Amino acid sequence: MEKVISNKTISVNEEGYLTDFSQWDKEIGLEIAKEQDIEMTDKHWQVIDYIHDKFEKEEPLSIRGIKKSGVIDIKEFYQLFPGGPLKKATMIAGIPKPKSCI
Amino acid sequence: MSKTKVKKMMFILSKATIENVYAAFIMANGARMEGIESEIFFTFFGLEAVQKKKLEHLHVATVGNPAMHIPTILGGLPGVEAFATKMMKKEMEELDIPPVGEFLEILSDSGCRLWACKLAVDMFHLKEEDLIDEVEGILTIGDFYNRADQEGTQLLFI
Repeated sequence: MEKVISNKTISVNEEGYLTDFSQWDKEIGLEIAKEQDIEMTDKHWQVIDYIHDKFEKEEPLSIRGIKKSGVIDIKEFYQLFPGGPLKKATMIAGIPKPKSCI
Repeated sequence: MSKTKVKKMMFILSKATIENVYAAFIMANGARMEGIESEIFFTFFGLEAVQKKKLEHLHVATVGNPAMHIPTILGGLPGVEAFATKMMKKEMEELDIPPVGEFLEILSDSGCRLWACKLAVDMFHLKEEDLIDEVEGILTIGDFYNRADQEGTQLLFI
């Protein structure tokens, strides 16, 4: 499925996740965040950087990993991305939704 | 907050075997991860999962558990339960499933509310200080039902 966001055409799946990470840039992240009613701050971007780092290293994301990340604690993570933090943060980061149950 | 039809998942955990405790924890945490509210009510043996002295010593059931695929009489031999528990904990660690104490911290930080059952606390002669700090309070079943009294709430007994 194709979607136009900040004048760029990107491919997304039915849930709105980018299917090709190479199409991602910060502006696209910002727009997806807006659609999710999230206003991005420096702290939000630090989390996105952490997620990208894990994605590049092909390490799975989990809430336990967030706890150990040193970037953010779990309480703050839930405050920054309300209503399913890992789900929303990965969507903004342009990577697939994590498949883990924890 | 959540756009799902299920707004809140409420778990009643009545057992202290590892498989039951983890079932409740994983589902309660999974709810939070989906933006769904969650709460756990610890009652009867489930209270062991929130007792400071007991929570890291929970066991898997090797007796009366056909899925263990060992004769019940063997499951009851000394050391068998401890061995099976050790194996299961090892498997879980490999899947990055946190130990009970850490899982409770994660649940509490994630906004999952933890409650102890008043009747069971009285029955086992427990005091508030026997329970971990993450337990917010001791409730009657009536209190718990009141917390469930809203649209989109599901109750699950484990």
